[in-house]
This record gives sequence, C-alpha cells and structure tokens, in this order.
Amino acid sequence: MFVIKHRRKFFAISALVVGLAVAAILYFGLNFGTDFTGGSILELRYPEGRPTAGEIKNSLATTPFAASQVQPAGDSNVILRLQAIDEAEKEELISTLAEVSAQTLTEERFSSIGPTISGELARRAGLALVIVVILIVLFIAFVFRHVSEPVSSWKYGLVAVLTLLHDIIIPTGVFAVLGYLYGVEIDALFLTAMLTILGLSVNDTIVVFDRIRENLKNKVAPHFEDVVGLSLQQTYARSINTSLTIIVVLLALYIFGGTTTKDFALALTIGMTVGTYSSIFLAAPLLVTWDKWSSRRG
Amino acid sequence: MLVLGSLALSYFVYTSEQTEAAWSRPFRLGLDLSGGTHLVYRADVTEVPAGDIAESMAALKEVIERRINIFGVSEPIIQVESSGLGDGASNKLIVELPGVTDVEEALAVISKTPLLEFKVEGVDEAALARSLAASVSADSNASTTMISLASMYQDSGLTGKYLKRAQVIFPPPAAGTAPTGPTVLVEFTPDGAELFATITRDNIGKTVGIFLDGELVSAPVVQEEITAGEAQITGNFTVDEAKTLVRDLNLGALPVPIELDSTQTIGPSLGADVLDAGLRAGLIGFIVLALFMILWYRLPGLVAVLSLTVYVVIMLAIFKLIPVTLTAAGIAGFILSIGIAVDANVLIFERLKEEMKRGRSIPEAVKEGFARAWLSIRDSNLSGILSAIVLFWFGTSLIKGFALVLLIGIIVSMFTAITVTRTLLLALGVKHKGRVSTFLFSNGFTK
Repeated sequence: MFVIKHRRKFFAISALVVGLAVAAILYFGLNFGTDFTGGSILELRYPEGRPTAGEIKNSLATTPFAASQVQPAGDSNVILRLQAIDEAEKEELISTLAEVSAQTLTEERFSSIGPTISGELARRAGLALVIVVILIVLFIAFVFRHVSEPVSSWKYGLVAVLTLLHDIIIPTGVFAVLGYLYGVEIDALFLTAMLTILGLSVNDTIVVFDRIRENLKNKVAPHFEDVVGLSLQQTYARSINTSLTIIVVLLALYIFGGTTTKDFALALTIGMTVGTYSSIFLAAPLLVTWDKWSSRRG
Repeated sequence: MLVLGSLALSYFVYTSEQTEAAWSRPFRLGLDLSGGTHLVYRADVTEVPAGDIAESMAALKEVIERRINIFGVSEPIIQVESSGLGDGASNKLIVELPGVTDVEEALAVISKTPLLEFKVEGVDEAALARSLAASVSADSNASTTMISLASMYQDSGLTGKYLKRAQVIFPPPAAGTAPTGPTVLVEFTPDGAELFATITRDNIGKTVGIFLDGELVSAPVVQEEITAGEAQITGNFTVDEAKTLVRDLNLGALPVPIELDSTQTIGPSLGADVLDAGLRAGLIGFIVLALFMILWYRLPGLVAVLSLTVYVVIMLAIFKLIPVTLTAAGIAGFILSIGIAVDANVLIFERLKEEMKRGRSIPEAVKEGFARAWLSIRDSNLSGILSAIVLFWFGTSLIKGFALVLLIGIIVSMFTAITVTRTLLLALGVKHKGRVSTFLFSNGFTK
C-alpha cells in the first residue's frame, strides 16, 4: 500500500501544514468573537441603500462609539461590532446613523454579551475540549481492548488523539488567517464545529482501526505493516465517500445557508476535509511507525 | 409495514403543520429563527447563604415568570443556570421572549419592580467605603447623601422574599395630628414574621430602615417587639404611588438583586431569512447527496436514498413530538446529520461489494455485509454520540440545539440504516446474479 510505503512523505506534509497553521495562529493571533470577549453586535438594515463601511465608521467618529468592525451582510444589512453598550446607547447610535444616512433604519439583531457569559463560555469550552479528548482515548482503548498484539490498545487511542490535534490545529490556523484578512471570528459556533470534528474525524479513524482489528484476528498478512496497508485499502473508498457526502451537505449549507451558520459550515468543511485526510494518511501509518520504532527498541 | 409506517409519519408531519388539524403541532422555532429577545441576568447571591442559593434562584425565577406572564408574551422561556464553584461561581437567569423585539419595554417589565429590604442600624463598612468613593467622584450631592444613608444601615436578612402580601391602608390619625396619608401595610410569611419579631425585639428604641431598590423610604423607630408579622411603610406617598408600590410588591419583590449581563435581539425578518436559507440548503444538500448515492451505488444507492428519506421523516416527527426547539445551529446540525446518516449505508455497501467479490449470492452478501458492518457502525457512531453529549452539557442554548439534533440524528440514523436499508435490500428479492443485477449492486467504475 503506497500510503504506508510513503508514510514519511505524508507525515512531512501534515507536519508542514500543522507548522504553518501554528505559525498563523501565533503570528495573526485568534480573532475572538464577542461570545468570548464580551461586547456588542448590531445588525442594521438600510432599506434605501447602505453606505460603505468607511462612511459608517466616519459617521461614528463624532460619537462616543467606535465600531471595531463594520461588515456588510446580505443585500442591505450592515453588521457593527463594538464595545458592550446598553439599550439607551444603542438607540442613540441608531438615531445617529439614521440621521447621517437620511433614512429609517431597522434593527435586525442586537446582542450585547457581558463579562459573566463570555468568561464562563471560554472556561467551559476549554473544559469540554479536554473532556472530549480524554473520553475518546478511553473509548478507543476500551473498544480495542482485545487487540494487544503487536500494538497495544492505548496506542490506538493516543494515535487517534494525535490525529485529532492535527484536525483541529489546521482549521484553527485557517481561521486565524481568515480572521486577519476578513475579520472572521472565533465564536462559540467555531468551538462547536471543532468539537463536532473531534467526533466525526475519530469516527473515520475508528473504522480504519476496526478493519485492522478484524484483519489481525484473521491473520491476513504476516507483517503488521501489511495488515495495516490492506486495511487501509479496504476502507479508504468508504472513508472518502462518507466524508464526501458530509462535505456535500456542508457545502450546501455554506453556499445556500443563512448568514449565521456560514462560518460554522466553513469550519466544519475544513475540519472534515482535514479529518478525512488524517484518518487515511496519518492515523494508520502512525501505528506502523510506532510499531517499528518500539520493535527496534525492544 | 415499513412503507406504511413512514407514509403515516410523513402524513403526520405534514398535517400537524396545518393549524386546523386536531393534532396540530407546528415546529417549535428558536428565537434566532422566529425573532425575539434573549436576556441574561446575573443574580447577586453574595448575601444569600450558600445552602439557600438554589431556593432563592427558584423563587427569583417564579417572580420573573409572574411578571412576564402579565406582560403577555407567548411561550416565554425562563431558566436558572448555575455554574462554577467558589469565586468563579455564577448564577444566571436566562429569559427568552419570542416575538418581543422591543427590548426596552421587556426590560422595564422585568426590572421595574422594587427590591424591598428591611435594614437595622449599624455601619455597613463595605457600603460606607463605596459611598465614600462615590462621594469623591459623584458630582450630585443628592446621590451622595442617599448612598451614605444606606451605609448607616446593615442588612437584617429580611427582604421581599418573606413578603406575603401588601396593601394600601389609610390609618386613622392619632389624636391631635394630621392624617398620615396612604400607608403601605406589609404582611410577612410565618418565617418573615419570626424574623421581623427578632429584629424589632433587638432594636427597640432604634430605627429600622425600609429600603426600596436601595433607597431609604422610611425609618420608623421601633416602639416594641412586633409579633403580628405586619409592618407599615409610611413614606410620603401619594395615593397613586402607594397603589403602584403595592401592586409591584404583590407581583413579587425580587428575592435576590439581578443585573442585566447580556441581551440579544433578533428581528423577525432576519430570522425568517435564516430559516429559509437553512431549509433551502438542506433541500439542495439532500438532492446532491441523493444523486451522488444513486450514481455511485446504483440500486443500493437508491435504497439508501429511500432509507434517508425515512430518516428525514422520522427526525421531523421527533422534532415535533419531543418537541425540539429548532435554531439555526440546530438546522445546521440536522443537515450535517443527513450527511452522517449516509455513512452507515456506505459502510454496508462497501462490505456488500466485498462479500459479492468473494462469490457469495446477493441475499447472502446482504446478510453478511450487514453483520460485519454493524461493529464498525456501532463503534464509530458511539464516538459521535460522546461528543454530542459533551457539547450538550457544555453548550449555551445555541449549541445545545445543535448538539441535541446531532445526538438524536446519530441514534436515529443507526436505526434506519440497519432496519430500513436492510429490509428494503432483502425485500428486493434479487436471487440470482445476472448481469443486470450484478451491475445494479456494484458501484463506481467497476463492472
């Protein structure tokens, strides 16, 4: 199986992409949304044509409000992101903007997130990530508990987690770049997407491992390396097909879905793609490498 | 059976959307789709003993519920959410008002009710420090004096929580004095009466400060221990003021002070846009998926599409029956789950193909394929279920909607894959491996 034979090349590709993603995260930083930082989002409809982002920012210059970001949305909407403001301040802001643009504006959406919610969300999100990862290691170790030769079951779990890290770091890196270029934010939905990716990507990995388990039991090949190669050969069509079906619906959601779930669909799509790649080109080959490495030492 | 069952279900899903039907059960839409207001209040429970927090929060919820019901919002959702421990602990009250987009009005209804407190004399050092700080920065003299007055009193523990009812009375003037004007008579609950008796007994000759929303309205001097469980508030009320106060007090004084932390308003047209877009995305996704499955897996692909249709119908029926509140994220979860639901079918078909290659007959291959695919399906879906459960636990309402739909979706999809797909494939009853049937059961570019 060429994937096993050339596994070093695929490791190198993954390492390179993960490296780039980490660099992007470190260099650009993550553009956290109001879910995490607190603040306000106001979406307004300009029924008679909207001004440009620059014009809106200029008209805010004379007010105490500074919009950190002004973003067009839909056909006639504008999304403003600013510091946390209350109802009265919001009314003042809207009337100022209405005056400048000489039209009646409709408030489509307003959210103001206080520090209690945002701080708690960040704490809980971190906790949830850790719990999911631990559960997955335990789960895989449990499911594959009867497989101990030649690679013990907890190694399957650890390899799965390594690939999961890979699957999460890459979309996060992409979002760091998108955040820098287009102001795309890391919000609660992004985290949800990542947690979902954890579940789905490990799903693919488990199917491959499951094949390895079955083939080991049936002793289809003398060497572990060949068993893994054969298992991959038997499962990659399925991995690619099922991921394709998921990616198809996600793309539909991204292209045709509502504005609120666009970035969410994008994060899921990237995560799914990377996840499929990693379960074929990373997870199983890593098992082989680990096996070789430990048998050399032993 | 299966066909009849799913037809009946789809009939239910369709007709229950019509309002005339006897079993009318429209989909329940979340705030982000129907439009409305989402408010999060932070409750200040620093004054409440740790053991009583849950109880106070429940009382708070009840009071807010009462106020909102008077406001006349259809199907408001009011939840208490407590989380964290120690310093990080927070107690929140989440209020969702579907269809309400005038936040100011909603806020007024919720918060425009007095917090009633009875305080005893004594220096509240924290409050004093606050008022000192305030008097340095505050330019209004009035507020400065008000705050420092408050700092001369200490909490007694007696608050509006112990209120049974309030009423306006006009006490007959004592001989030789002018009438006192309208007075508010407060009746305590038995616990409150006991507390009030203790307070009055311990403070004979001193004043008891009666505070409304932190402002001193009256500071009568205690003459004797009062065991009757009644107190009179003689502020300088007009008749109207007294009446309003009584109404508000009866509607419920807040057992714990609350502060608005976050607000979120979604206009109705934006919600409708998002809903339309979500449905369109779902439909297009489904069609593309169906085409892919039929072109690649041919006859079994068609079976998978039928089984997916059953899946969609079951899911929609479940959304109505439980009922699940659909949010934008929930719809995204549903669309995603359609993609995932295919997974089990693909696993089975790939196995089927292998079994056929080994020379088994088609019915045998179907049975074997299912048996062998089941382990993979079970293990791989369990991981998805685990993540969905964690998401549900960690999530805010937005994420919970997504996690719940995903969770139900994974479970239902396992069911439809192993029952519906299997039954349909076996029911096709292809016995012999002719050229046509082999072509139909193969896939991709193989012959």
